[in-house]
Amino acid sequence: MIKLIAIILALAILLMAIIAVENKKLVVAVIAAGVVSLFASVFYLLLAAPDVAMTEAAIGSGLSTIIFFYVLNKIRKNRKDHA
Amino acid sequence: MLKKIFVLAILAVFAVMLFRSYGLVGANEELNEIATRYAQKGPEEVGAANLVTAVIVTYRGLDTLGEVTILFLAASIIGFFLKTKQQNEKTSENVRKTSEILETAARVITPVIFLFGVYVFINGHLTPGGGFQGGAILASGLVLMLLANPVKKVNHTIISLLESISGFSFLLLGVLGIILADGFLDNTILGTGDFGELISAGAIPIIYIFIGLKVGSELSGIVSNLQKTQKEEI
Repeated sequence: MIKLIAIILALAILLMAIIAVENKKLVVAVIAAGVVSLFASVFYLLLAAPDVAMTEAAIGSGLSTIIFFYVLNKIRKNRKDHA
Repeated sequence: MLKKIFVLAILAVFAVMLFRSYGLVGANEELNEIATRYAQKGPEEVGAANLVTAVIVTYRGLDTLGEVTILFLAASIIGFFLKTKQQNEKTSENVRKTSEILETAARVITPVIFLFGVYVFINGHLTPGGGFQGGAILASGLVLMLLANPVKKVNHTIISLLESISGFSFLLLGVLGIILADGFLDNTILGTGDFGELISAGAIPIIYIFIGLKVGSELSGIVSNLQKTQKEEI
C-alpha cells in the first residue's frame, strides 16, 4: 500500500517538476514548484522523517513560494516602468 | 536542436547510472558505528526523547550554530540590498482588496498558527520538529497576516530586537556549557530530569526556544522586507 502511494507521489512530483520547467507562465511555474515541495514533504513523512517533512512544508512550499511571488511582482513593475 | 540532443544524451547517461546503482542501494539493516553510539547512549546522556533533537542540539550543536549564523547572514544581506530608500507615507496604495473570506479566516487561523509554532519548538525534545520548524511556522503565520492585509506595517524594531536577544542568549548558553559542564553547548547544565517530561533534557528546551524565536524573526524579517518593497515606486 505504502509502495503504491509512494509511486503515485513520485509521478506527481515528476509531473509538477516538468510543468514548473516547461510552462511559459511564471505564476504557474512558481505554484508548480511549490506543489513539488508539498508532495516531497508527504514523501518524507512516508520515509519516517517527520522533522524534515515539517521543514520542507513550511519553508519549501510556504515561504519560498511567497518570496518568489513578491520578487515576480517587483520584476513586473520594473518592466512596466522601463517599457 | 543540438542542445536538446545533448540534454537527452546526458539524461540517458544519468538514467543508466541510476539504474545500475539501483541494486546496490537498499535499506540499511543495522545502524553504523556513530548512529549506534547515539542511539544507545543518547537517551541516557542527553535525556531527550526525540533522538534527532539530541543529535542536532547537543552532539552537533556547533553545526546548528553555523546554520543559524548563515540564516542570519542571508537575512541581513536581503535587508541590506532591499533597503533602497525611505518610502514616503502617501504613496498611493492601489492594492486589490482581499476577499472577505480570507480576511475573516486569517483573523481566526493566525493565532492558532502562532500557537502551533510555539508548541513545535517548545516540544522539540519530545515530538518531531524543533527550533527551525517552529520558527518557519511562525513566519508562515506572518505570511498569512500579510496576505490578508497587504498594506500592513510590520514593526522591524521588535523583530530585530527579538532576533538579537535570542541569538545572544543561545551563544551565552553555549558558553555556560563550557563553564558549568563538559563543553560548548553541553545541555547538562540544568540536569536532565525525567525522560519524556516537558521539563527535561537539560538546556535543550531553552536552546530550542531561542533558536525558534531567532529563526522565526529572521524569516519574518525577510518576508516583511520584501513586502515593504512592493509599495515602493521605482
